[in-house]
Amino acid sequence: MSSRVITPGVSGGGPNVRSLEAPGLRIGERIIKALLWVAATLSVVVTTGIVISLLLPSVGFFQQVSIVEFLTGTIWAPAFAEPSFGVLPIVVGTLMVVLFAMLVAVPVGLTSAIYLSEYAPTKVRKAIKPILEVLEGIPTVAIGLFAFSVLTPLIRELTPFLPWTGPFSIGVAGITVGLLIIPLVSSVSDDAMRSVPMSLREGAYAMGATKFEVALRVVLPAAISGVIAAFVLGISRAIGETMVVLLVAGAGNPVLSFDPTKGIQTMTAYIGSTATGDISQGTITYDSIFAVGALLFLMTLVMNVIAIRLVRRFREVYD
Amino acid sequence: MADDSGYSSRVAMPPRTRTAVGGAREVTEAMLSTGDRKKKVRGLIIYSILLLGLTTALVSIAAMITWAFIAGGPRLSLDLFTNVPSVVTPENAGYRTAILGTLYVIGGVILLIVPLGVGAAIYLEEFANPRNPFNRFVDLNIQNLAGVPSIVFGILGLAFIVRGPLSWGFVAAAGSLTLALLVLPTVILASREAIRAVPSSIRDGSLALGATVWQAVSKQVLPAAFPGVLTGVILAVARAIGEAAPLLLVGAVTFVTFDPQFFEGGYSTLPTMIYSYAKRPQEELQVLAAAGVVIMLVLLILINSVAIYLRNRFERTW
Repeated sequence: MSSRVITPGVSGGGPNVRSLEAPGLRIGERIIKALLWVAATLSVVVTTGIVISLLLPSVGFFQQVSIVEFLTGTIWAPAFAEPSFGVLPIVVGTLMVVLFAMLVAVPVGLTSAIYLSEYAPTKVRKAIKPILEVLEGIPTVAIGLFAFSVLTPLIRELTPFLPWTGPFSIGVAGITVGLLIIPLVSSVSDDAMRSVPMSLREGAYAMGATKFEVALRVVLPAAISGVIAAFVLGISRAIGETMVVLLVAGAGNPVLSFDPTKGIQTMTAYIGSTATGDISQGTITYDSIFAVGALLFLMTLVMNVIAIRLVRRFREVYD
Repeated sequence: MADDSGYSSRVAMPPRTRTAVGGAREVTEAMLSTGDRKKKVRGLIIYSILLLGLTTALVSIAAMITWAFIAGGPRLSLDLFTNVPSVVTPENAGYRTAILGTLYVIGGVILLIVPLGVGAAIYLEEFANPRNPFNRFVDLNIQNLAGVPSIVFGILGLAFIVRGPLSWGFVAAAGSLTLALLVLPTVILASREAIRAVPSSIRDGSLALGATVWQAVSKQVLPAAFPGVLTGVILAVARAIGEAAPLLLVGAVTFVTFDPQFFEGGYSTLPTMIYSYAKRPQEELQVLAAAGVVIMLVLLILINSVAIYLRNRFERTW
């Protein structure tokens, strides 16, 4: 390369014109920028693709089944000779999973977060955080299999007074999903509590508050929107969990029931088990997968939007 | 992010202030401890409840790993890697084709997510105007996409990749693309975080010396952000390895007895194979499934540890 005088700002103009304005992007630079733009915009394409792939078959589905019947019907029997498409039983199944998951994940996740953020010495924190991350990285199939072989028999032993029937249980599935989302709930609430300014704690200590008063009455309320966001993200994750539910609650019993000892089908379990069977394209059963998928997508979308808003509000307050 | 949570180390205080605060705290604590006994007991109770919560989480991890080794123990041998799957002769069945399938699928995932994920992150952090409504929409969209259930990506894969516009059929490439789209938001978010952590003085210095934006990004910002980006990619790959639900919809549930190909023929992966074994009643297949879990756990804990090590080793506070 020949040596030349570097004259920034004149690459576009003549050698004597010195402009203080930034030069236009070079050709190569423009191409790179365009490529990067394509990469970033791909996510919009993916979302559009998801919406289209859910909506198109759903339209066909709702021409044969009325939306009111779909949303209020209490019998889910898509494969019967006289099929019935009332989605409530599998929605209730999903909500049961969410309920039991949150019963586990809220207390355990929140207390771990308070401990890690307010009490734990640096060394303990540094040791425990990666372990929780490992739990987050364990595949859900593995957790589901563990729950089916160990947790279900264990919980049965501990509660012989409950009317256990069959190998599957929606309650145990919920508890397992709860274990699964502990790291999520804990790390998001931990982040929220750690970004509460030190001055709030110092102020409380100066007024004579004890450590737990500072943690529970000052830090927790100050971080509440972040903590709630953690719960909402947990709910969203529990709604969408598939493998644990398939293994622990079973794939095929869509009954409308609130009994946690029964194996009840959830929305994700329906999609997962039906799509793996031999279902030919164009039948109403095939389309029903997409209708249930659309409902699932909507439920998690609402949860995610709420969570993103809460986290953003929280950041605005303290940043 | 500051990596220690000690009371005084978290705020940068000059030594004298630190002593003063420490002293004040000691006086306050001394007064309180002599004063209110009830409060002290309550503090202790709460402390133990907090510890109990954390212990629950840690014990369940330990229990799961222990169970996998005990339940899968009888089948842990090299045959697991070399024998093909079978339900007829479960005592000779293994994971050979499933492991190969996972390798194919994950290879494709890595090839797709590295350029697309890092490219998107660079665009959003370095080139995009954050006030532009379209860019804000893209940003929000990525955050939302990160929370979409994995099985919905399976539906997308079924409708657009296996059938519909691409019509690839139930092949490993379809599984690869589906999983890549699933973990892409994770890679973008982690890479953005890493790029954002590079101080703007590095960027500005480079630009002031006459570098173009791309030169500044590729020669200065990206090398500095590399460890963070790499960690994000590794964690995303780990997630893709363990993911089974979307693959149920794009064909990875067949008992493949031949080595899979990328664009042709059936395939299965390690997690879907475990699921296929696990849902069958035979005792031997249950043991086989647990042995598969051991393979996957060892692999994933290894990968996660590498990611965590990299992050701790190269984490820099500027």
